[in-house]
Parts: sequence; structure tokens; C-alpha cells
Amino acid sequence: MYNFEFVKPSSIDEAVAALGEDEAQALGGGQTLIPTLKQRLARPARLVSLSGIAEMKGVGAEGGVLTIGGGTSHATVAAEAAGSYPALAALAGNIGDPAVRNRGTIGGSLANNDPSACYPAAALGSGATIVTNAREIAADDFFKGMFTTALEEGEIITAVRFPVPQAANYQKFEQPASRFALVGVFVARGGDGVRVAVTGASEEGVFRWSEAEAALASDFSTGAIEGLSVPADGMIADLHGSKAYRAHLVGVLTRRAVSAAS
Amino acid sequence: MIEAVKSRSRKRLITLTVNGEEHEIAIRPNAMLVDVVRDQIGLTGTKSGCSSGSCGACTLLIDGRPMLACSTLAVECDGKAIRTVEDLADGERLSPIQEAFLDQGAVQCGFCTPGMLMSVTALIASNPKPSHQEIKKALEGNLCRCTGYNAIFNAVLQATGQDGIKPIMF
Amino acid sequence: MPKDSGIGASDKRREDVRFLTGTGNYTDDINMAGQAYVHFLRSDVAHGRINGIDTAAAEAMPGVVRIFTGADFEAVGGIPCGWQVTDRHGNPMQEPRHPVLAHGKVRHVGDPIAAVVAETLAQARDAAEAIKLDIEDLPAVVDMKAALEDGAPKVHDDLTSNLCYDWGFVEDNKDAVDQAIRSAAHVTTLDLVNNRLIANPMEPRVAIGAFDRASGESTLYTTSQNPHVIRLLMGAFVLGIPEHKLRVVSPDVGGGFGSKIFHYAEEAFCTFAAKAINRPVKWTATRSEAFMSDAHGRDHVTRIELALDGDNNFTAIRTETLANMGAYLSTFAPSVPTYLHGTLMAGCYKTPNIYVNVKAVFTNTVPVDAYRGAGRPEASYQLERVIDKAARELGVDPIALRRQNFITEFPYATPVAVEYDTGDYNATMDTLEKIADFGGFAARRAASEKAGKLRGLGINCYIEACGIAPSSLVGQLGARAGLYESATVRVNATGGLVVMTGSHSHGQGHETTFPQVIAEMIGIDAGMVEIVHGDTSKVPMGLGTYGSRSLAVGGSAMVRATEKIIAKAKKIAAHLMEASDADIELKDGAFSVAGTDKSVAWGDVCLAAYVPHNYPLEELEPGLEETAFYDPSNFTYPAGAYACEVEVDPETGQVTIERFCAADDFGNVVNPMIVDGQVHGGIGQGIGQALLEACAYDEDGQLLSASYMDYAMPRAGDVPFYKVDHSSSTPCTHNPLGVKGCGEAGAIGSPPAVVNAVIDALQSGGSKVTHIDMPLSPSRVWAAMQA
Repeated sequence: MYNFEFVKPSSIDEAVAALGEDEAQALGGGQTLIPTLKQRLARPARLVSLSGIAEMKGVGAEGGVLTIGGGTSHATVAAEAAGSYPALAALAGNIGDPAVRNRGTIGGSLANNDPSACYPAAALGSGATIVTNAREIAADDFFKGMFTTALEEGEIITAVRFPVPQAANYQKFEQPASRFALVGVFVARGGDGVRVAVTGASEEGVFRWSEAEAALASDFSTGAIEGLSVPADGMIADLHGSKAYRAHLVGVLTRRAVSAAS
Repeated sequence: MIEAVKSRSRKRLITLTVNGEEHEIAIRPNAMLVDVVRDQIGLTGTKSGCSSGSCGACTLLIDGRPMLACSTLAVECDGKAIRTVEDLADGERLSPIQEAFLDQGAVQCGFCTPGMLMSVTALIASNPKPSHQEIKKALEGNLCRCTGYNAIFNAVLQATGQDGIKPIMF
Repeated sequence: MPKDSGIGASDKRREDVRFLTGTGNYTDDINMAGQAYVHFLRSDVAHGRINGIDTAAAEAMPGVVRIFTGADFEAVGGIPCGWQVTDRHGNPMQEPRHPVLAHGKVRHVGDPIAAVVAETLAQARDAAEAIKLDIEDLPAVVDMKAALEDGAPKVHDDLTSNLCYDWGFVEDNKDAVDQAIRSAAHVTTLDLVNNRLIANPMEPRVAIGAFDRASGESTLYTTSQNPHVIRLLMGAFVLGIPEHKLRVVSPDVGGGFGSKIFHYAEEAFCTFAAKAINRPVKWTATRSEAFMSDAHGRDHVTRIELALDGDNNFTAIRTETLANMGAYLSTFAPSVPTYLHGTLMAGCYKTPNIYVNVKAVFTNTVPVDAYRGAGRPEASYQLERVIDKAARELGVDPIALRRQNFITEFPYATPVAVEYDTGDYNATMDTLEKIADFGGFAARRAASEKAGKLRGLGINCYIEACGIAPSSLVGQLGARAGLYESATVRVNATGGLVVMTGSHSHGQGHETTFPQVIAEMIGIDAGMVEIVHGDTSKVPMGLGTYGSRSLAVGGSAMVRATEKIIAKAKKIAAHLMEASDADIELKDGAFSVAGTDKSVAWGDVCLAAYVPHNYPLEELEPGLEETAFYDPSNFTYPAGAYACEVEVDPETGQVTIERFCAADDFGNVVNPMIVDGQVHGGIGQGIGQALLEACAYDEDGQLLSASYMDYAMPRAGDVPFYKVDHSSSTPCTHNPLGVKGCGEAGAIGSPPAVVNAVIDALQSGGSKVTHIDMPLSPSRVWAAMQA
């Protein structure tokens, strides 16, 4: 990889200041960014490691809301959210492999918004709030298509707040090589109704399947969505699955998630 | 304020405790942990199989947790404790996990073995009696092209005192 | 009963101690004083004309030692091909030049264009980015059928077409085969693809070249399965260095599976450059370089027809195959779809008429060569798939159909030019039936159905040819090398043995197995025998490890050399005991005179050989060291019966392997634990081919599966527990150990079993699907179910 200047601030304020310079890039767990840099596909002048910021780490539950620091590793979420939000903990525990889960962070994953990543489905499916150094962003407003988010240059995800639903489940169908989601569906039933978030499938990145949400709102059962399907148009097609296959999987996995959450 | 390294080419000193021994090393910010461990500290047991975080050959323990040395900047490990495959045996005496790999024929070409051992070491440290499912999950990041995984699986069972369980699902 | 030492004992692998403690010595672990690093600038287009390479700016970059391009290699030879196939009309194959660095044109993504040698790897990469390339894009040929069409872009301008050869085997059979198919009661036809694979040993390739100005000797450290072959090919054909001035060393090798047999351009480059700059030059492949520079495997497109008479006896087999060679001919590429494929088309069956046609095709892709099984998996796959299809069409039991057509008398000369010396295919099938519990299948299927899954059972009976092979035969078939093996057994004065073998382990445990054999012959502890391999300066000659040949050929050479040692030692013992040679017996490490209580220990005889105070010096030289070259009289023919049970999720198309049983006949087995491991690993790779792995190019020749993010390798969670059994044994009749070889069996035997099982599962659910091309990924299975 190209060389860069490296800084490791110990507070959010310091990190924001460090990211203020041109061509500065935040570094979370680095499980995506480091391989990208090694391939020389990016050339930041400065890397700002977020791994030394204690206030961005940890999992806390209070008043039906689970707050996870942006620098919290997947392994920590898998362990510490298991009691309060099992569906989210299970999702975190199935990202990558143990080594990846020990370094990869929730903030890094959401900021990257890989169209096949798991966390975007959880955030959108839970109606989470993404908290940054500057503001709070509803998940519905955060994801802006593949690898694109509402984050401004230099803005850092400091925490994510998940309202804990009454019932939730995430079904991940793994792409056999990368083990990212070929399709993943997160279904959550809460006070405000039902949310169905789909990752891996769409060329637009994570999305809510509103038709299914509407059907499930009045009848949270697999029967309610039996005949529903998403159009194949706009789905991702690649070596691992056609548009039609991904569209089909969205239906199958949604039904399975509903069944598991019922 | 933060002390930024002004010149990109300038090396900085970091301290790594590797297998219990403290090393003060001058590195560039873009140095990967796997290269520092292999080339600067001279512990070549840790292998580089894919350099992109996909094969697990470079797995070592950072503060007790398995991580990928090929996807970790050495500078991020300043002040941390690293454990590599070279630390598993006690002199001539193999650790129970190494012994189990030997007994079960879990090594063929040996290239994935160090990473595999470190993943298993971490698994057993946190879960002394893992289930079949837990073993498979613990190994999912470590590619082995030689063994077809059965012997490695059996080695984990042996090392966790579960060799009474016949690892045959039928 | 399992033995506790010698042949038949599961000795723990002695090499494992270093692998388990991180003290193995792989090529990348070697660093030489003053070494420079090379980075190859590789083509990012599949086909293009090199109009200019401007290295001026790059040369001025920090740390750059020297930049090489194709022009630097005009005076040396190209990377040679080790096998010349003669086509149906008696003409030699078309053989293009394969330059060390691309010259004139680039012909595949990954073709090296320039090599930057610098003080550090980062500096070499930085400088490579500063090289200005003027490459004119040319249309690429990727699809083999398209490559053979009139007017297709030519990969090599100086060849007449993209056809390397059009091979018929056996050409004299053709008319009879055509006639048998015309008059058959039933003909089953199947079109299939044997998917292109990438070997992916976990250790990427590494080469370090060094030159010693004082002695004029070049040294190459390389990740090779056969350092002597590299010495010969690179020394004699590329760089013009005589063997005595070229040393090739392969230390511990981290897997190969065929991909490290071949002589690669990077090896020649590092050796050449080290002399040119008078410094060691090191190259370590990145994984992405491995994907686009290691020879790929398989990639056959085949139509097979199986003709049967009214009683379901096989009467003829006719196959037509397009075999992808890639852009250049890799070392053994031409032999894989021909002599390692066509000769096995009889399988385990007494089909009287067989004709195999293979057209080998150049495309703008990475060269294709041997990968675990090499040609034999392709033969077994098509044959066992078409038999399975025939059984379904005829409504007969697939096992019964196979048994009915098994060869039962040996030796058996097939219509495709080989003679099976021994075998018992009913016995391996009996073993399989015993271990696989076919009786319980119906209940297991019912349980799967209850859980909403489709369950299927697939069978495969493979045969392969190993221990490749008689030099005189392969010479006639076009091999440019002999295929013997050599061994030197050196007995030290204190009785320990050092065995120098031309076989070279890259994971097979030779350091453990070979001593077991020799120790048993002498009756000493295996710990007294040490193996030396992988260094041309230490081992007289070697052809290396591939084609499951190490024990059958290399082991036999050791046996022959040890026999010579024993014969000489008996003479010494006879002298010491004042008896006749003919009366000397060797047992449990002691020589005795038959019918007396006179005895002298092994160690005393060895000492006498080197301290010849009481020694028959007039008749016998002192010392105890012997060399043998062993050239087998035939291939060996391991065979076996495999069964796979799968579950298919009809909603997603996901296939999971529930049970996998393998009954193999490997002849005699030296170390059962190691043999189990070889079968396990082969099955793992076969499952990878059947369900996961696909090397895919787009129509422009871009490699789509260029990393582990898209090339699906089998992981711990993808494989079942295997039940393997090698108790049905018909020892090889023509080598001294009665061994056949086991390294490739699993990879040959498993893909057809898996695919047959999936088809069985789908049809049990009412689907009419008769074939799906590998890998049977969820999306492909689901798509087939929708059709």
C-alpha cells in the first residue's frame, strides 16, 4: 500500500479535528479498508484510527434502546447484545469469521455500506438511529445506495441506537465465496409496526420491502406474504446469482425470518 | 492536541510484546503486522496466504484474540501483546493442541497450520468443550486446501478431551 | 490388524513437529543477504499488441535497480512445453513460443510485461506504476467454440489457427465405434462442462534467484513439486545453464496439487536477473497474482455418448472434447486432455469400442495444466455421469448397471491402449455397500422430506492411472522427459541411513512414509532413516511428485537401492561370519547364517563397511551407498467406489452433503493415517469442484473470480465427515511394494458422486432435470429446478 500519515486520537473531538485535513480517511477495524489500501485502490494522505477512542466502544441497553458505540467490534456485539437484542447479536456473530469479528466494527460497516453487508439490514430493519459527532441520522435517511451514505466528509459514526423490537430475526443466505450476504433479510416487529430490510439483493444497496411490511403489519405470519415477491428488475446479477434468483431469495428469506420471529 | 507524524516516510517506534518478549521496533505507518512479525522480529511461523483477510493463514493472537496479521497495521498494535505459533510449545514439549494435530494427522503441507492452531487456541481458551457446530464456526476463517478439515476437526475434539465422541455423523 | 511399525503402521508424521511449531522452512521464509525484490507489471487486458514500453520515468524512481522487459529475453529460450502431442493426421501439435516476459503481444490478463527490480517491494511497485505502456487492445477469444471459428482473433499470429491439436484416440477404433453406436439398442448422450478450477495451494509461489560470481553457479529457490525438472527445463531450454552450474532448491512446499509441477516464467526471471544484477532477486506471489499466473485446471467441454445393447451391456463410448490450453502451453498441458484422459475412458467397464476425440484450443486465458487428477477426473466425470443418466433412462439400478459391466478378469487390455494389471471393482463396491448403509437410505430420504428437503444418493466408480509411467511408453506418446525415479541410499558407519529421493513432498508426509518402508526391509527403527529431498545438489536426479507417483515410482527406486545395500551388506556379513553369501539372512536388523546361531548386527556390518579392517577388500569396495533408478513397466490403476448423499433445499437450491463414503483399492498401504488424509483432502477438493469452485472469465477475458471473495474455496463448514475404507486391496503386480498411489483418488472419485446425488435428489422431488454443470451452486440448482 502507499504510505500515509497515521494518527490515533483518543477522543472524538480529536478524531474530528484530525479528519479535517484533506485526503484524511477514518480507519475503523480496517477489515475492508486495509485490503483496499493494500491493493492500492485508495490513496489517503492520512489515516485516522478510531480504535483508541474509548467513548466509542461498548454496548448498553436502557429503556428499550440498545446503544452500541461506533467502534465496537462485531464480536463484542455478538457477546454483549445477546441478552438484550438476540437477533442483532446473532447477526453480528455471523459476520465473516472470528478474526474478522474481532476487528471489524459496526461504525466501519455502516459507513462503508457494502451492498452485501449485514449491519445495514439490521440498522434499517430496526429503525436505528445513527449517531455521529455532528448529528443523529435515522437509518431511513442514512443509506444512499451502494457504498454511499448520508455521512459528510470527516463525519464519524460515534454510536448506533437500536430500538429493541418485540420480535426480530435475520436470515442470511451466504454468497459461497465471500460469505457476505448473497441476500439477507432482517425482519423486526415493534411498536411502530413491522420493518423488513433487505441487503445483498439490490443494486441500490439495502432497502425496505414496504409491500411485505404492509402485509405483515396486519398479520405477522408467513401466510400474509405468501404470494408477495420483489421485482427482479434492479436486483444484482453476478457469478453467484441472477436477478431472478436474488428476487426469489428475498421472498424465501423473508418468510423464514417471519417464521423464526413469530 | 494530537501529535501527527508529519513526514510519511518517517518511521516511528512502537512497542510490541511478542510471545512475552518486548520489542521496540521502528516501522513506517503502512507496515502490516504480518511483515513486521516475519521480517523484523524474525518469527516466520506466521504465514501469509492471501494478504487480503480471506484465508486465515496469518491468524495470530492480539491481546488473546485471534486476528489477521495481514489486515492489521503494525502501528495499531503499539503496546499490545502478540502471540504467535512459536509460543505454543513449551520447549520441546508440544501443547495439547499441537499434540492432537500430530496424533490426528491434521497437518499436511503445514502452511495453514500456524493460523489454524492460533484459531483453535483462542477457541479453547474461551470455550473448553466446544460443540461440533462451534468448532466449525471457529475454523470458518481458516482455509486448508490439504486435509478436507476432518482431521483438524478431530484434533480439536481430542484437544478438548472429547475424543470419545466419534466424529462421524452417521 | 494395524501394525505398530513399518509398512502398514500409522506412524505420526515426523515433519509435523516443525510445521506445528512454526519452524518449517518455506521458500518465502528464506531471505538472502543483499536481495532485491521484483514486482511484475502484468497485463490488465486479455489480448493486446505492445506498441511501446517506456520505462524512463520508472528507472529514475527511488530504489530501482533495473527494469526488464521482453526485449531482455529475446536471446534466451521460451518457457518450454514438456509434451508433444501428435494429432489425428500424424502432425505435431502447434506449439507457440512462450516468452519469459511478454514480447510483441500480451495474451492473457496477468501476462507479465515488465519486471521491476528494486531495493524494496514497495519501491518496485511504485516504479511499476510509473511505467508507461502503449498497448493496443485486440479482440480477445475466451470461448473455445468461438476460438475455433473461421476468422476468430488468433492468440498467436504465427500459428495457423487457435487449434493446438485435433487428437483421436484410438483412431483405428473410430469406424467400429461409429458402427456400434448406429446399431445400439440404446444410446445415452450427455453434454457437460468440466469446470475450470484454480489449484490454490495455501502457499503462494515464490522464487529467489541467486548467482555466485566466484563459482559461476546459479541457484534458484522455488516452490516446486519437482526441482530437478525445473533445473532441466530452465537450464537446458530457457537460460542455457548446464546442470552442474545450476542448483534448484525447493524447501518445504505448502501444497501444490499440480500447480507447482510446472516451470514458470517467474523462476526463469529471478535466475536470469540475479546474474544480470549480481544480487539475489526475490519474488513472492500475491494471491491475486496466483489467480492470474498459476496454471489453471480442467476446463473441458464434452459430449459423451454411451451405447448399450438390449441387455444393457455397454457396447461403445464416443466422446468429443474441447480442452482449453489457455494462451500458452504450460509444461504438461498437452498431455492432460489426451494421455491422462483418453486412456482412462474405459473406466471400470468392459466396453469393447471406445473413441475419444479432443481438440485443444488456445484462448486468451491463463494457461491450463494438470490439477489434482489431471485428465482422469474429466474422464471419470463424463463416464460416470453418462452411466447414471443411462440408468435413469433405462429405469435400472445404477449400481446394478455398473456391476453388470465391470471388468472382472485381469490383466485387461482396454480399447484405449492401457492394460489394467489388477483390480476388483465388485469388491470395492461391496465395501461401499457395507459402509454406506444403502439399506437405510429410504428412511433417511423420508426424514429429509419431512423436513422439507430433497435427499439424493449418488454413486461413482472411478479408475485412474498413477505412477506415471514407463519412460519408453510415454516417450512414444510425446513426453519429452523420462518418467522414472531415482534414489540413493547412503548408510553411515554407525548404521543410520540417509535416503536421497527425487520425489518431493509438498504435504504428503514422505519424511515419515519412506523410512517406514526402508526400516521394514532392514528390520530397524524408522527413526534411523532420514529423507533428503528437494535439492538438486543433494539428490542425483528426480522427476518429482505428481500423478500419485511418489511411493509407486520413487518408493520403488528406494526399495531397489535398499536391495542393493542389503545384498552388499550380506556379503560383508558373510565375510565377518566366515560363511557363504547365499546363507546369510537379514531379520530384525541382524544378519545370521541360516541353520546356525551365528549372527552379526546391522550396525556392525555398517561399521565394517567404513572401517574395513576385517573386510573382503579384494572382492568388495568399502562403503555402503547405492543408487537405483526405477522405471515402472506400467501405470498403476487405483480404483474405487464412492457414495454421496445430499440434501437439497428446494426453496433455495442449496446443496448440503450429508454423507460421503469412499471405498478405494490402493493396493498395499504403507501409512493408513496418511492415506486417509490424502483421500479426505481429495474429496474436499472434489466437493469444491462439484459445489463451489468456478474460475470464470467474462467475454473480454477479464478474470471474474480473481480473489477469495468470488472464488469459493471449501471451508470447514462446507464438508461432511467422510467415511473412507481402503481394505479392498489388489496389490499392484509390477512394482516391488504392490502400491498404487492415493493422492488424486478423492478428487477424481467425488465430483460425479456429488452431481449424481443432486440429480437423484431433484428427480425424487419430481423435477425432470437430467444435468446441471458444476459447480452446483444454489443459484444454478434453483435455476435448473425452474426450467
